[in-house]
Amino acid sequence: MNNDYLLSLMEQNKRIDGRRLDEYRKISIETGISKNAEGSARCKLGDTEVVVGVKMDVGAPYPDSPDEGSIIVTAELSPMASPDFELGPPGPMATELARIIDRGIRESKAVDFKSLCIEEGEKVWMLFIDIYPVNDDGNLIDASMLAAMAALKQVKFVKLKEDGKADFGEHTNKKLGLGKEPVTTTIYKAGKSIFVDPNNKEEGIFDSRLSAAIAGSNIYAMQKGGTGVLSLQDIEQMLELAFKKEKDLRKVLDAVK
Amino acid sequence: MTSRVDGRKIDELRKMSARIGVVKRADGSAMFQIGDTIAFAAVYGPRELHPRFLQNPEKAMLRCHYDMASFSVSERKKPGPSRRSVEISLVTEKALSSVVDLKLYPNAVIDVFIQIIQANAGTRCAGITAAAMALAHAGVPMREMVAAVSVGKVGKEIVLDLTKEEEDEETGATDIPVAMTSYNKGITLLQLDGEVNKKELIEALKLAGKGCEEIFKLQERVLKEVYSGGKNE
Repeated sequence: MNNDYLLSLMEQNKRIDGRRLDEYRKISIETGISKNAEGSARCKLGDTEVVVGVKMDVGAPYPDSPDEGSIIVTAELSPMASPDFELGPPGPMATELARIIDRGIRESKAVDFKSLCIEEGEKVWMLFIDIYPVNDDGNLIDASMLAAMAALKQVKFVKLKEDGKADFGEHTNKKLGLGKEPVTTTIYKAGKSIFVDPNNKEEGIFDSRLSAAIAGSNIYAMQKGGTGVLSLQDIEQMLELAFKKEKDLRKVLDAVK
Repeated sequence: MTSRVDGRKIDELRKMSARIGVVKRADGSAMFQIGDTIAFAAVYGPRELHPRFLQNPEKAMLRCHYDMASFSVSERKKPGPSRRSVEISLVTEKALSSVVDLKLYPNAVIDVFIQIIQANAGTRCAGITAAAMALAHAGVPMREMVAAVSVGKVGKEIVLDLTKEEEDEETGATDIPVAMTSYNKGITLLQLDGEVNKKELIEALKLAGKGCEEIFKLQERVLKEVYSGGKNE
């Protein structure tokens, strides 16, 4: 597929799959997809598919926050999901994806770190949020955040054994209470066109992207990607679209119980 | 106007200084200091890219490597790359790529190494500012300069160039690193951690623009000094 063709289509407000520039593909979220995880979810955005599992373990708190647990977000871009991914330790792309999701969850205080405290200064729960794209047909960021939040909504605390270690496989009835529920919308720009939710081919042509983790009227984390240059007007326009699209994505996340 | 912990106005940068040619072996180099944050940048290349399968016959690769010295922070940082530094290296590449004429050097690589030797907030921005000067010093053709500064919200106030103390403010601070180009005023780096609404963000970006203007002047002055046989180098 010729990139110039994709760009010229976009200039006419068209896309190869017939969508409008501001239209997401069909979104679906399924939960409880992996039995042994404390919480898990699968998000599909068209043909893009991401699974996220949350595991817990007992750990020591950081010295500067003795009464707080923590989250650790990782993403593994397995070669299964795309011919562009390679085996090996996480590269810059996987690290960036994980950190965009991490910062969105962390900064919005979606998880109350104090609720993860077991014994001040000694023991806290660590929450491992692991992201596995199964099929990359573009827009992994938005799909990953939806899957991560849906998985977090399912999390039930692991039981503690008498010796203070985690009793894996046994859960209490206590759910991980969530504060705000951030949704990340990424707005792309290629040439003069601004669009959302690129498929794999469209992802090959963008100059810039702007991801914003949004809840209510606030932005909690942002990341510009791509080598393009954005004007202040571009950013205002992209943010406006980000807030508009966030509402659509939120409906899907809200439907997850 | 409320004054800040260090007595600065909300739209005031910390004291800056810059030097060119601080790494003699490199093709280009620069040091940039803003307040207590000090960044060194060295440029090697354009040179041949190995392994060869990474070569792009259409343009050069710009490869940035950001690192913090273990002693640059109060609690010793484990040497070597971290997830944070990998991400910063990536966004630094994106922040600088658009101004460098990479098409002139097919199959080549331009390596940019950034070392933070003393840290007090705004290290990625100081690194980008230093790297842009080092690229210019290396004679790499650039369309315009790039400068970066962090803006943010401390309490309810939108302020320019946060210190570590302000970043760690108890009521929570929002940190927004921004890089901008000197001629077109385009934004090439934008990240955010914290909590702002749209209006506050736009206000912060305008303030960042103002800060970058001052940095551009410093960059231009020290680079001109080098090429007019001045005191630098």
